[in-house]
Amino acid sequence: MSSWVTLLVDLSIIALLVAGIAQFRTPRGARTGNATAAVALLLAILLVLYRNAILSPGLLAAALVVGGAVGALVAMRVTMIQIPAMVAFQHGMGGVAASAIAFVELTRAHTPLTVVGEVSGFLGLAIGAATFSGSMLASAKLAAKMKQTPTVLPGHNGLLLVLLAAIAALCVYAAAASGLPLQLALAGVLAASVALGYVFAVRIGGADMPVLISFLNATAGLAAAFCGIVIQNRLLIACGATVAASGSILTAVMCKAMNRHFTKVLSGGKAAVAPAAAPAPKPAQAEKPVARTREDAMEEAKALLRESRSVIIIPGYGMALAGAQFEVAALARRLEQMGKSVSFAVHPVAGRMPGHMNVLLAEADVDYDKLREMDEVNPAFPETDVVLIVGASDVVNPAAIEKPDTPISGMPILNAHEAKRALVCNLDERPGYSGVPNSLYDLPSTLLLLGDAKATVTGLLQSLPAEAGVEVEEVMA
Amino acid sequence: MADLALMLLVFALSFGVGYVLISRVPPLLHTPLMSMTNAISAVTILGAILLFAVAMGPGEKVVGAIALATAAFNLVGGFVITDRMTGLFRTHHEPAGNGSRPGNS
Repeated sequence: MSSWVTLLVDLSIIALLVAGIAQFRTPRGARTGNATAAVALLLAILLVLYRNAILSPGLLAAALVVGGAVGALVAMRVTMIQIPAMVAFQHGMGGVAASAIAFVELTRAHTPLTVVGEVSGFLGLAIGAATFSGSMLASAKLAAKMKQTPTVLPGHNGLLLVLLAAIAALCVYAAAASGLPLQLALAGVLAASVALGYVFAVRIGGADMPVLISFLNATAGLAAAFCGIVIQNRLLIACGATVAASGSILTAVMCKAMNRHFTKVLSGGKAAVAPAAAPAPKPAQAEKPVARTREDAMEEAKALLRESRSVIIIPGYGMALAGAQFEVAALARRLEQMGKSVSFAVHPVAGRMPGHMNVLLAEADVDYDKLREMDEVNPAFPETDVVLIVGASDVVNPAAIEKPDTPISGMPILNAHEAKRALVCNLDERPGYSGVPNSLYDLPSTLLLLGDAKATVTGLLQSLPAEAGVEVEEVMA
Repeated sequence: MADLALMLLVFALSFGVGYVLISRVPPLLHTPLMSMTNAISAVTILGAILLFAVAMGPGEKVVGAIALATAAFNLVGGFVITDRMTGLFRTHHEPAGNGSRPGNS
């Protein structure tokens, strides 16, 4: 039977995809895995084109070429700084594709759908449309085209419920309708879903973005899987479900790394909404050790770096904002050339998407075996002479373990406070996204080097003796 | 009915296999992982192509072309970006990956 042949072919393509994902253990394997998955999908496309007679080949080819060419062009030009915004944008495009397919399938009079098919169609349509608007919003926030802080609308939860109810009601109506009323009802579902995605995403922002982007990853996959059920295509279902699984895992990993429940992230808006975040009375200025000038602090920091034997660098979103990753990487290389042991400690939620810091530092040519995970690096802090914090606050705030009821209490942190000395290259002394004042700043072992991280790190770098054959200019590249 | 059961089975199996495999991906590769799964979810391109296997009105053609173009954008863009990103990761004992960066010693 030919159906057995098609099943076997589909299974082979799925096996190739699985083999591709399975190689995501090492960076080199990931590259091969990515190519493997691309080949699998290319085969699937060729197969579908071969098995089906295409009625308007010109239009099909044009849409494919335009979409593919724009995708390739953008992908070649995007910088690693723009990756979070770009990935969010792509989640949105995935939502559009799923939504559009579901729309056409639902309005076709000549393909009567089963009940399951119809329900899946509505789900694909609604989830796809909501993924689109949520992702566009996320992308705009990540590209700093709109303010990154969460916006809570009056009656936010009520609004979400009303939109959900409207979508459900319109779907019920559409199920019984046909012709123009059907199309209008589906357009209504689309509009309400777009509004839903917007309202849903608008109150998530700042350091919670990794959760939002992971969640949209999952919903884009889910929308594809529902489309697969409508058109009874195994490959769509399998791929969609795999992506949904991946997005769900990343969402869970991000929530765990912040010690916050998923629903809290989605509904609470900013963590600081919690009452415990009431601005702690600013500790009297007199409590601070000695008011140092920035110049004094810089001089002391330079001496500390010169004398240190081991240095751990902790990057945060502020490093990406300042665009300081190349300077940081150059500083790390210089310290290594001076014979010091240098590594990077990367918190799982540092940055604005899962793994954000790793990609930025890889681009700056930092060896990936120097990028160490939290659990692996934490025992090393007490033996470390200097930690250099660049644009990170909440992920190194000891209040998370020392104080019981702050919004970050219980969140696993990088134990920078255990190192002998800590240098903080942050823009200012303001708390991180959580709003919890960073008690690390008050420790006598901490030296605050406030100001633009790029300038600060360049200053530190220039103070270190250049080895023969090492050009300072490499930073300028 | 058998079809429905098969589809649910495919969904559950894929979710399960995906879950096991992806749980083992190190945090180091989370960004490329998300970008590759994004490209994989552009498998909707198959659904978009299939729309063109049935006679369509002009409105349907427009919507179908939108589905095709957005899926193709994700498919090509996702795989290309992932390739660039994974090419950036290197160690000094591993000269690998030419990435897409010019002039690296």
